[in-house]
Amino acid sequence: MKEFPGAGGLILNEPLLWEQGRRGRSGYSLPRPDVARAEPPAELAGEGPDFPDLSEAEVVRHYIRLSQWNFSVDAGFYPLGSCTMKYNPKTNERQASRPGFAGAHPLLPAALCQGALELMAALECLLAEITGMDAVTLQPAAGAQGELAGMLIFHAYHRQQGRPRSKIIVPDTAHGTNPASAALCGYTAVPVASNERGVISPEAVASVMDAETAGIMVTNPNTLGLFEENIRAVAEIVHGRGGLVYGDGANMNAVLGQVHMGEIGVDVLHLNLHKTFSTPHGGGGPGAGPVCVRRRLEPFLPVPRVRYADGVYTFSDDYPLSIGKLQAFWGNMGNLVRAYSYILSLGAANLKRASQLAVLAANYIKERLKGVYHLPYDRPCMHECVFSDKLQQAHRVSTLDIAKRLMDYGYHPPTIYFPLVVPGAIMIEPTETESKETIDRFIEAMQAIAAEAEQSPDTLHQAPTRCRRRRLDETAAARKPRLTG
Amino acid sequence: MRYLPHTTEDVAEMLAAVGAGSLEELFAAIPPECRRRAEMRLPEPLTEWELDAHIDRLAGRMATAPEAKVFVGAGSYDHHIPAAVGFLASRSEFVTSYTPYQPEVSQGTLQAVFEYQTLTARLLGLEVANASMYDGASALAEALLMAVRVTRRPRVALARAVHPLYRRVVETYLAPAGVEVRELAFGPTGATGAAAIGDAAELAAVAVQSPNFFGCIEDLPAIAQTAHAAGALCVAAFSEPLAFGLFKSPGRLGADIACGEGQSMGIPRSFGGPGLGMFATRMQHVRHMPGRLVGETTDVEGRRGFVLTLATREQHIRREKATSNICTNNSLCALTAAAFMACLGGSGLRELARLNYDRSEYLKARLRQAGVGLAFDAPTFNEFTAVFPPRFRDTYRRLLDRNIMAGLPLEPYYPELADHYLFGVTETMPREDMDALVREVQS
Amino acid sequence: MKELSELTFPENLRYAESHEWISPGGSPVRIGISDYAQDQLGDVVYVELPEAGKTLAKGAPFGSVESVKAVSELYLPVAGKVVETNAALADSPELVNKAPYGEGWMIAIEPANPEEVDALLTSQAYREKLKG
Repeated sequence: MKEFPGAGGLILNEPLLWEQGRRGRSGYSLPRPDVARAEPPAELAGEGPDFPDLSEAEVVRHYIRLSQWNFSVDAGFYPLGSCTMKYNPKTNERQASRPGFAGAHPLLPAALCQGALELMAALECLLAEITGMDAVTLQPAAGAQGELAGMLIFHAYHRQQGRPRSKIIVPDTAHGTNPASAALCGYTAVPVASNERGVISPEAVASVMDAETAGIMVTNPNTLGLFEENIRAVAEIVHGRGGLVYGDGANMNAVLGQVHMGEIGVDVLHLNLHKTFSTPHGGGGPGAGPVCVRRRLEPFLPVPRVRYADGVYTFSDDYPLSIGKLQAFWGNMGNLVRAYSYILSLGAANLKRASQLAVLAANYIKERLKGVYHLPYDRPCMHECVFSDKLQQAHRVSTLDIAKRLMDYGYHPPTIYFPLVVPGAIMIEPTETESKETIDRFIEAMQAIAAEAEQSPDTLHQAPTRCRRRRLDETAAARKPRLTG
Repeated sequence: MRYLPHTTEDVAEMLAAVGAGSLEELFAAIPPECRRRAEMRLPEPLTEWELDAHIDRLAGRMATAPEAKVFVGAGSYDHHIPAAVGFLASRSEFVTSYTPYQPEVSQGTLQAVFEYQTLTARLLGLEVANASMYDGASALAEALLMAVRVTRRPRVALARAVHPLYRRVVETYLAPAGVEVRELAFGPTGATGAAAIGDAAELAAVAVQSPNFFGCIEDLPAIAQTAHAAGALCVAAFSEPLAFGLFKSPGRLGADIACGEGQSMGIPRSFGGPGLGMFATRMQHVRHMPGRLVGETTDVEGRRGFVLTLATREQHIRREKATSNICTNNSLCALTAAAFMACLGGSGLRELARLNYDRSEYLKARLRQAGVGLAFDAPTFNEFTAVFPPRFRDTYRRLLDRNIMAGLPLEPYYPELADHYLFGVTETMPREDMDALVREVQS
Repeated sequence: MKELSELTFPENLRYAESHEWISPGGSPVRIGISDYAQDQLGDVVYVELPEAGKTLAKGAPFGSVESVKAVSELYLPVAGKVVETNAALADSPELVNKAPYGEGWMIAIEPANPEEVDALLTSQAYREKLKG
């Protein structure tokens, strides 16, 4: 009998912060007062917030116990589709925490922050070369803000052309953020259905692309893990009618060194450094979402931009067509240092190999699980593969049950019920940093769960049983929201 | 490459299972006209020690304490970060997990964020806080968009004394949405008078920052009252939340939305990012609120647990009608801030805020004694604005050459404030450094 | 989700293709969503309703109903003026699941053109539509 990672373990209970502590305790080393006490005006003074007082040891134990209730990619296989949960290299953490970067004030004059500016300029060049685009901004805080930047660039470009437009084409295989980002610029999303091969057809785009349409948002590879093979034809139609092509680069991990995004017609592309470029996701951020553009859109990039002249790096605000600013300062520097370190550690050949191995792993899982689970699009995939629960429905077992049962086996579930074009979708993205043994063991777990679905479906309905908590009542949480304690 | 575990045999076996002859064949689905014609041209890979040396060189070209003396806050503050906070925030169970979509295996992050929401709501004096926004500036922009949704009015008033870079972000977010931004002037005291608001009848929100960019405490009760009388929301931004350890919270003073930067709460300045967008409001507006929310519930055995909730506001469900497009936020920074607030406790936060207040009052008094003028007389926290004669510009440059940043020149942000400098000090600035600064600017 | 045969569609009501029901005869008339609609949505967690006094056109959105992971707009089957909303749903949205035709009603309106009500689907016609 093979042993899966999932096991019972000693999980310690831990109350909420304010259910412990005693007034008068402290976990903070206050500096010695060396100036006189000053009295603030009495009418402004408040009593301060009602926080619990805890000792340092209590705080440490609290968060250590909490940390042990979390699944993380450092602890186990995390095949969450579309999220690229690859290994987060530890050297990146060391580089980002260097006092020169971590301790730097953002408003230092250029002469006092040459190191950060040089790093930013170099990272922009690296990302431009990797994507095949011409200019890069590092400012967006996450992928969704990158999308917003992209839509603002569309908006500014069309206004400058003297012809503002009101609509944007969003295929059904796009990320949910796409329409929300477009709406912030006042665009109405025009949906386009993917064809029977799971990709966009040029005809469908031609039928809706008009002079009122600002362009199209394409995720390539798309959320089915398929390469949008008609992208050049689609781009030609959109460009021919005065529109622009937005590339959602969330799935860039599939095509490093394979595709030159500039040449296939993409005008604006965002990257998720916390996916493709190995910066940790932090349980929901911070991320970083640089945006790459073709030359003609460079004037619209957010300010300030890093410039280099006479051996000195400076920030410049002198871009009158710029969309403006997205964050108070310059971008999530900590993650920029990490991504820069990652790219320098790998180099061109290893980045390309990373994509090759990511695609190999996804195809390997697809082939080995085909037949065990329903595969709606049976063709070579890129970095992720999408199954469904169609075969298990006969036993009244759903995608949710399969996902929850995987936890008992010691795996984080794949992305489920997305993309929407596949009912009951199970979207698996293994990434290149998982060994063949890990992937084989996961495949065996998926096979064992499919067998359980037939023989003892209730085991799946009851799952998970080995986690800190069993299934939680999300309905009660939403009906009577309790958002603070 | 140490991150790529596949041996030649592994690759061969996997290719055989897939039925592909080579790794390149896996990309056959990409049409030839979409393939890259030339390999990427990137530097040769670095070993770990080569990388150390390279980054060391770059990091060494940055002016940071203790060698550099930076007497500037302006939205980024040098507070002491307890070793315990840094240690906890680097636990890889928190650092290397994704957004907690599967609550049974994410209770650590979920409980930590629930606690963050609670402490933030208490700090800001409001009923509900979200799981975080990107930073103070984008939080303010989203707050104004929220006010437009709540009131269905297309216009907001924004104080000129709000951080100038926050105002740039507001402009970026609001202009394409067609929301008009009216600027509220600041008065001679450095604060925004309620009288500046004028007719608020068409306004969705009146937004000020308190303490404002000049460090001045705004008269929030009067501003809130004027806003409310006209049916507008009062939005209170901030860049230094430590102030609420000493001064009354924005919620208590009448703000409907309090939003701002939480970097002060245990997060390294990191050249400006990542920071922490703190965002709180009243429960009646929760369905208009942007950002993720964690809520308390029970599992099938009746035990307390936490889940992401009220997700129907968000982009993945409501798509173009969502309250925001935000998904990845700054969760780890929120956890860091919660651990920082937990270390301080109520008593510690109050004492730390007092120590900060004492220090800026000390520097203010010493500069005044040295004959330096103060631009404004409204009460301040941590920061204040000093006025120098034009010849000080040379002194300023000379000090910069010695890695001393004697305040932030305000003229680039406020042309009307030539020769005005914004000073900021925190508990980490020793008295001897402040005394030395005073001597330098006197000479 | 239930089989169609397990769902009920009272004969005394009229139905819209967008799955709202309306109680014909007299004024004001009540409106809610069908057993099929509530079953498709799953556990209802929130119902957003209009203010009383609002006059709306036929087919106009009058609110929305939310489950944990979905939002559906509600459409007015006939033109009219909203005279009352079901206040109980604010605290007990589950009534929409438990009694879609009873305590789970949503709004009452004064129809502008009462004949529009009779033109809606009968119970039998609605069931046929659902069969596809």
